[in-house]
Amino acid sequence: MNSSTREGRALPWALVTPALGWTLLFFVLPFVAMGLSSLRGSGDSSFSLANYSQFFANPAYWQAMVNSLEVTAIVTVVSVLLAYPFAWILAEQVPERWQRAALMLAVLPFWTSYVVRSYSWLLVLSQNGVINRALVGSGLLSEPLQLANTRFATVTGFVHFFVMLLTLTIFANLKQLSPSYRKAAADLGAGPARTFWHVILPLTLPGIMVGAFLTFVLCIGDYITPQILGGNNELVMPQLVMMQIGRRGDFPLASALSIILMAVVTVAYLACARWLKIERT
Amino acid sequence: MRLALRILGGLYAIAIYGFIFLPVVVLVLFSLQATSFPIPPFTGPSLRWYEAVLTDTRLTAALVNSLLVASLSSLVAVTLGFLSAWGFARFVLPGSALLRGLITLPLTVSYLIIGMGLLVLFNWVGVPKSLIAAGIGHVVINLPLCFAIIYSQMGDHQVNIERAARDLGAPEWKVLLLITVPVLAPAIFAAFFLSMTFSWDEFVISFLLTRFDTTLPVEIWNLLRSGLNPKTNAVGSLVFAVSIVLVLLFELTLLRRKKP
Amino acid sequence: MSAPLVDIRAVSHRFGEHLALKDVSLRIEPGSYTILLGPSGSGKTTLLSILGGFVRPSEGKVFIRGEDCTTMPPARRPTTTVFQDYALFPHMSVGNNVGFGLRMRGVDGTTRAAKAREALALVGLASAFDKKPHQLSGGQRQRVALARALVVEPAVLLLDEPLGALDLKLRRQMQDELKAIQKRVGTAFVHVTHDQEEAMALADHCVVMNDGRIEDEGTPERVYSRPATRFSATFMGESTILAGTVAEATGDTLLIRTRCGPVSLPGSSLPAGAAVALAIRPEHIVLGSDAGGVRLGDARVSDVVFQGSFKRVLATSALDPSLGFIAKAPAAAGIQPGDTVAVSCDSQDIIMLAD
Repeated sequence: MNSSTREGRALPWALVTPALGWTLLFFVLPFVAMGLSSLRGSGDSSFSLANYSQFFANPAYWQAMVNSLEVTAIVTVVSVLLAYPFAWILAEQVPERWQRAALMLAVLPFWTSYVVRSYSWLLVLSQNGVINRALVGSGLLSEPLQLANTRFATVTGFVHFFVMLLTLTIFANLKQLSPSYRKAAADLGAGPARTFWHVILPLTLPGIMVGAFLTFVLCIGDYITPQILGGNNELVMPQLVMMQIGRRGDFPLASALSIILMAVVTVAYLACARWLKIERT
Repeated sequence: MRLALRILGGLYAIAIYGFIFLPVVVLVLFSLQATSFPIPPFTGPSLRWYEAVLTDTRLTAALVNSLLVASLSSLVAVTLGFLSAWGFARFVLPGSALLRGLITLPLTVSYLIIGMGLLVLFNWVGVPKSLIAAGIGHVVINLPLCFAIIYSQMGDHQVNIERAARDLGAPEWKVLLLITVPVLAPAIFAAFFLSMTFSWDEFVISFLLTRFDTTLPVEIWNLLRSGLNPKTNAVGSLVFAVSIVLVLLFELTLLRRKKP
Repeated sequence: MSAPLVDIRAVSHRFGEHLALKDVSLRIEPGSYTILLGPSGSGKTTLLSILGGFVRPSEGKVFIRGEDCTTMPPARRPTTTVFQDYALFPHMSVGNNVGFGLRMRGVDGTTRAAKAREALALVGLASAFDKKPHQLSGGQRQRVALARALVVEPAVLLLDEPLGALDLKLRRQMQDELKAIQKRVGTAFVHVTHDQEEAMALADHCVVMNDGRIEDEGTPERVYSRPATRFSATFMGESTILAGTVAEATGDTLLIRTRCGPVSLPGSSLPAGAAVALAIRPEHIVLGSDAGGVRLGDARVSDVVFQGSFKRVLATSALDPSLGFIAKAPAAAGIQPGDTVAVSCDSQDIIMLAD
């Protein structure tokens, strides 16, 4: 049965036009504006690819992209590796009636302000922070470690956020699996380890991929965490973009850099979508 | 062997909980610091920094701004999302899949780039930086979410329920008001709640699109420039408390709805 | 003769490329219980949706009480529908669900409540007035849906597989109640199902549908004992189908040659050489003797299934290995797989199909 009612074409369009209009006006149009802006030289009004060639010519800009990709890759891998066993323990070893509460607790800091969360890590990692005081105080170290304003700090802040996010998605994934899979595997003679390796893991892999992709997109586009925790020693792309706007007011270059960043995410998206499609067929 | 695995699992879980809560505990603990630096040793407890936050008119104004922007932009996002979801679910429109794709497209683009685009556009057209500009940006990021949540709930059963109402003589606007909205209330509520949280917490778009009057995350960001400061701890703890209360309320209403 | 309550004239409908209904005409009499019986994809639900006004037919007209309703929206038709998934409004009490149609018609609250109570009492659910739909069992929800559709006093009540979601025992019980309720209210019911037992138990008028067409219609007794087509002979109950050709047509007797031997039947309209199909119901096949009169040769029993009150026997003809007999034997019969038995039947139990 199809649900078409044919009377009147006006009502359906009246329903969807506001949302479509909003998206066109405040999402697509800004994109076009950004594209046009990126093609403008900073001085004259003629169109040129100067902003793009600047990115490819300047090794400092290149380095920001390399940093972004490296940080994102490390964060994604570490977060998945930490979150999967955790989600598994919550789903398998915690008694059913406590599971919801255990999960809620595990993702509680997820709901705090993003800015505050990064700041909290700064408290923990700074020169006189909790960790350094503990290490020096206990005599394990004589000098405090440089933890804040490093890539390590950026990665820690990111991993903290994404472990929570991935725990949520992987937990949901594990709970969705029908218990009969496990029973069937056990019935056919597979031990717990082999059941996990041959049945549970492959079945949850597409969900992990979606979570990993989400991590990738959110991580590579984030400005706050690297700015607060990483500082200016090792710039990533969003910091570079913000720098063009803030200090120099160079909108065309900022636009070009945004579009390049966007292109990288799109390529990753297409690769991921393709991979998922192959998995499914 | 099994016992060893359980113990190992328990230790691992405790370690992860520790990792997750370490910064939060440090944040809240040193918000009660009596001295001027939120670093060990702990000198409190004292509420002086909370007092400082509540008497800081910039922060309280930003808090009100944040609530306004979050609630109004969420209202717009939910309304537009609901209407479009209804339109797409109930009527066969040409190019429907493509148009639905267009509405959900902003989900795959980072906030920074959405904010950048709006900044460039508004700069060209001459729209000044303001809370309204930030609110427009928040609708852009939340509309696809609201659309997706509500659209996913408009299945075949929902179609039949609306048909039954029409069959019994209800005109279209009564179907909408008496059937569709009440039946979808949980999804609409969830969409609104999520939009509120995302808008409430959003930094980069507000940062790019506001100037003098700004939202709480941007104001907190401004506080960070002064380095580590127990006042930042205090305001952060307050924001955290508000979020937890909201999440618990959400959870409770959801649970109550599920019970017969 | 009075005009029919519903008159469907030459209706066709296509969904995109697919032709779901092919030139269907059907009349429904006042106060009748009509069953649309057919497998999924036969077009029965589409026909019901056209009656209810949810689908506008590509061609043809629908008249209800003499009025052209072809393009009339559901709300303005004198029909109401009981949906397969009941489609109860989950956020309203049972009483408000039942009263909804009256509310839309502007009936005041007190009358509405009284009428809703009356309708609930009719379906045996008087006590459920203040409950919410999710507090009811499947069978009870079904009754609420029925009460909700009946309370607005439609001319025709449409039921889309109303018993499909219930388990077997409850289905048989609800079946009896549906019939009783229909007799009491006197409304014409049009009921879609793929269950032939349900059809035989409920229908005054049974409409067998297949592939977008009406294959056969009439009283269930007639459709069962004298099916018009091979499809209705096999869908409404089982049949053994014998293929044959007319060898001789003399006066009002046809001599038909089959691979199991010659069969002579009354009839005259067919020329010699025409291909025919003969159907025999399982209860008419006689095993182990020639008592039936028409001999159909020997057969080897391939399977015997005990069904409680009888045994269902499948046997392969010795004369034509592609022919399988379906027969009913008494529960006490000592028949075994592997036995070879003689098969016969009475010539008046042989149904000649138009094919």
